[in-house]
Amino acid sequence: MDAGASTVTDQAKVELHGAAVLAAIKASGVEYILSVPDIVTSAGLLRPIARDPALRLVRVCKEDECIGIASGLHYCDKRALILIQYTGFLDSINAIRAVAVEYQQPICMMIGLLGHEPERAPAQSGRYGVRILEPILDAMGIAHDLISQDSDVAKVQPAIDNAYARSLPVALLIGRRPLPPG
Amino acid sequence: MMKRDDCFRILARHVTDEIVIASYSSAAEWSELNPRALNYFSVGAMGLASSHGLGLALGRPDKRILVLDGDGSLLMNLGSLVSIGAAAPKNLMHFVCNNGTYEANGSHPIPNPNVDFSGMAKAAGYAQCHDFSELASFEQQIGHVLGQAGPVFATLKVERSKPLTYDYPALYAADKRKALKAALAMRGE
Repeated sequence: MDAGASTVTDQAKVELHGAAVLAAIKASGVEYILSVPDIVTSAGLLRPIARDPALRLVRVCKEDECIGIASGLHYCDKRALILIQYTGFLDSINAIRAVAVEYQQPICMMIGLLGHEPERAPAQSGRYGVRILEPILDAMGIAHDLISQDSDVAKVQPAIDNAYARSLPVALLIGRRPLPPG
Repeated sequence: MMKRDDCFRILARHVTDEIVIASYSSAAEWSELNPRALNYFSVGAMGLASSHGLGLALGRPDKRILVLDGDGSLLMNLGSLVSIGAAAPKNLMHFVCNNGTYEANGSHPIPNPNVDFSGMAKAAGYAQCHDFSELASFEQQIGHVLGQAGPVFATLKVERSKPLTYDYPALYAADKRKALKAALAMRGE
């Protein structure tokens, strides 16, 4: 009983603050956010982004549109971050295969893991769709990082910088609902 | 009814420093008619030409962006009409060549060859929408159309073309991507 309570208390301290993630996105030079809403990142990221005058939010109807838009922006030396749910990533795999992987475009994706249990690794998730994500990314040769607590936020800027430096895609997997500011 | 290559020959006379994004059959014909660094063929996944165009239009508001789409392709990305209508880039011109078939995949018919693409674009928020089925009319009006504030949409009613050669590796070659990036980085481009 005590041990269980302690675990709950410890886990309660593990948080992911949207403001920290947003600061890292902006520090990486991203000007455009391309998005279909995702409930995992809705309150902690997408709503603050929509209010932020330093970022230009492009709302699209379907996630694969983001892949083309980001590629077009890259030709203009503009950085973009795609903010979507993992279901949208799965739906966009052919576009990612062609544009991001085969044509070596720096497509940066921030992907909410709907239904993921933050205390588990994604590969151990009870959700089939979450469990298969990292193996799919590995099979496609796409670099990925898990962002599920504040200490992970330090990975964001280097991942985006590396993607643009090497002209390769990257996936940042959001494993916990980021807390909204305030 | 027009021929796509005739339309493109007329269009080419008006193209100077625009970025031209062409997909599949349009890419095969445009690349032959008007090879230039500011052509963008790395569309990759069917349907995405209009989305690539939106990205370029947002990133380079100082340049006109011409998308040469296909009807089968656009049907795979109809939502992009709404996204473009909402973003409303004034420098985006979106042409769809409507021959009623998936020409690059065996010329099978699209589900409804009579679909009203310009009507859908208008409803989605494009500023100007046009339909052309006569070459003389297209030739007379294209200069005016290209001068309109976008997003502009035009349906080109065209026949199926002669059999085309689809050399995708050449169209999508890395040197073309590098040439486009370099051309866009040049002062004045």
